[in-house]
Amino acid sequence: MTTTVPVPRRKDTSTDGAAADQRAPAHPLAGIGGSDAGLRRFLHGLPGVDQVGLERRSATLATRSIKAASKLQALDLAISMIDLTTLEGADTPGKVRSLCAQARRPDPEHPDVPPVAAVCLYPDLVGVAAEALRGSPVAVAAVATAFPSGRSSLEVKLADTALAVREGADEIDMVIDRGAFLSGRYGAVHEEIVAVREACGAGSRRAHLKVILETGELGGYDAVRRACWLALLAGADVIKTSTGKIAPAATLPVVQVMLQAVRDWHRLTGERRGVKAAGGIRAAKDAVRHLVAVHEVAGPEWLDPALFRFGASSLLNDLLRQRRTQLSGHYVGADYIGSA
Amino acid sequence: MGTWSYAPAPESAALADLRPGYRPFIDGEFVDGNGAPLKTVNPATEETLAEVSTADASDVDRAVAAARRAYEQVWGPMPGAERAKYLFRIARIVAERARELAVLETLDNGKPIRESRDVDVPAAAAHLFHHAGWADKLGYAGFGPQPRPLGVVGAVIPWNFPLLMAAWKIAPALACGNTVVLKPAETTPLTALVLAGIAAEAGLPPGVLNVLPGAGDVGATLVGHADLDKVAFTGSTEVGKQIQARLAGTGRRLTLELGGKAASIVYDDAPLDQAVDGVTDGIFFNQGQVCCAGSRLLVQESIAEEFAELLRRRITTLRVGDPLDKNTDVGAINSRAQLDRILDLAAAGDAEGAQRWTSPCSLPERGLFFPPTVFSQVEQTMRVAREEIFGPVLAVLTFRTPDEAVSKANNTPYGLSAGVWTDKGSKALWTAQRLRAGVVWVNTFNRFDPTAPFGGYRESGFGREGGLAGLAAYLDG
Repeated sequence: MTTTVPVPRRKDTSTDGAAADQRAPAHPLAGIGGSDAGLRRFLHGLPGVDQVGLERRSATLATRSIKAASKLQALDLAISMIDLTTLEGADTPGKVRSLCAQARRPDPEHPDVPPVAAVCLYPDLVGVAAEALRGSPVAVAAVATAFPSGRSSLEVKLADTALAVREGADEIDMVIDRGAFLSGRYGAVHEEIVAVREACGAGSRRAHLKVILETGELGGYDAVRRACWLALLAGADVIKTSTGKIAPAATLPVVQVMLQAVRDWHRLTGERRGVKAAGGIRAAKDAVRHLVAVHEVAGPEWLDPALFRFGASSLLNDLLRQRRTQLSGHYVGADYIGSA
Repeated sequence: MGTWSYAPAPESAALADLRPGYRPFIDGEFVDGNGAPLKTVNPATEETLAEVSTADASDVDRAVAAARRAYEQVWGPMPGAERAKYLFRIARIVAERARELAVLETLDNGKPIRESRDVDVPAAAAHLFHHAGWADKLGYAGFGPQPRPLGVVGAVIPWNFPLLMAAWKIAPALACGNTVVLKPAETTPLTALVLAGIAAEAGLPPGVLNVLPGAGDVGATLVGHADLDKVAFTGSTEVGKQIQARLAGTGRRLTLELGGKAASIVYDDAPLDQAVDGVTDGIFFNQGQVCCAGSRLLVQESIAEEFAELLRRRITTLRVGDPLDKNTDVGAINSRAQLDRILDLAAAGDAEGAQRWTSPCSLPERGLFFPPTVFSQVEQTMRVAREEIFGPVLAVLTFRTPDEAVSKANNTPYGLSAGVWTDKGSKALWTAQRLRAGVVWVNTFNRFDPTAPFGGYRESGFGREGGLAGLAAYLDG
């Protein structure tokens, strides 16, 4: 059986997060339900992904040559899309404050550099970051739900989420239960995402939910596509590639599949959901290649920090160096830019 | 953020090392031809690139005589291992001068630099390397212990892949011990002449390869020459038929690689996004000026509407413009004559009631360009579904059952290539077995490899290029 995604039946009316809370009842996909059988029927009816063709298209996208003004624009855009991340056991409040300072003003010698989108850390450090970022446009994102493995009870995961929200997190990066997904218990994965979404709060104070698929553990592009749709059906605001703890993480083909999913979600429902590429993107060149994919696969509307993010730590430094190169005509050493 | 547009990223035209004049290559030397000189133009600007001295009948005689001499005295008797050395050397120089050749090809032909850089030149080098490897192993290719070359080959090639088609003819012919007189297309003679220079640089003995630029009359004189042993032609079906009639009864061998009107069949269980990409590549690669282009899309009715939407969306991302810009996907149409033919057939599509959709891309103000175009509501009887347009124009038809798909795909006098898109292996094989086409691609399109035979049947010609079957075309087995 094939369930193709039909052409959009609805006009593009409400695309903002504000309207997102009312979407569940009148949803065109409401009939699928949350049962294993219903989800399985839907997810396994999605069109397949041909690996050779997908990777070929990614390789072609990577040949785009972004120069001059368009490169400068891309570098600034990429900076504004970064979730500046530290997820180490050895993280300290001091390191977090240092990261927040760089997040607000990435390159103090060039005040026109935009701030990054968010800082991303473990829940216990959210309070420190919220304090350090007060009054700035930079959001606080917290990984939760027994990150990175997701191996705990739902109760613990919800408590983890609640802690982060209580401490002031604006965004929650949850991990899906890959064990459940791989064994076909789609209902359990769906239910967990729905529950974590509820734990994110309600109304205008609701924390944005990013759902980490950990694509490197899913075993193929067809599974990635199914995981994308499962997360979108369960209410993910953003689908995210990886925890950064597993390789491969964000690759161009995987991100392309995810961009196709949000594009098709929009065609179907009129809503725009986001994508976050996290892990493994360290060079400005890679980031620009991803922006090309966003531009040509999802569409120019997704070139917006609300709809596309990079989860990265060392990427920012390279973007800043490339930015200075564009302006001054020569490369500077990494140590000429402050690094948190 | 405002819109993000890609700044121009042009490859340097100076890399082509363009010279003001080019001359025929006969018996190991560049010499003045006795034909009327022609000017070759850059189709992206319609400016003259260079003046090319052309051959006349006396030059054809000289070239064929030089090739005969080289065949009998040097190249024919030479051990395969020795021939291989020259071919490997030529292949290496082509690879080393890849950028120069790519830029020159783009200037002369109008194709995007991305394609000449990533497809044409690497594929030409690969073909030369592949056949160089066969030169000393022909006894093990399955044509008997000592297969013999045919002799002197007259080769006439088209303008759509000037260097690649030259390599497709020269590499197997020379590897098998034949000598060659090559006539490149009137509008794109430059890379074949540079290739001749590369052969000279590699020390290829005089007469083994001769290149005679000129118009169709030079080609006609060449293929009719009584001292050839074989003619290899790639080009239009019309000219192919004339050549076949001319050679009938002469005993000379002939292979023809002619036109096509390939169908891409997209089943409802296809990997849709990749099918969209593949169909797009299939028709817009090289501006659709490809004999095996997937110029007919047959899409299953249940997904037709959605597929059309995704396809239009994808085509809208194609960047049409300066062929030297590294971000250009669709370049210039090779000649005014070809552009006129495309315009004429597209107008016929309108007149016959097909629905035209044109990509909303911007076109350069000058030069020979045609925007990516899709005709829907096309019927089998319409000209856009039957005639080879050889341009960036896709005709979309629908089908309900696999049987209908196959019968519509086969309802053409051509038989060069076809594409099948499905995630179901058994269905792909079922369909491929029933398609009357020399090449059937499954879940991909326009993929070429020197190990894979390429060629058609019915009005698409006969004989194969590449693989073992390609060797057979140049051996007396």
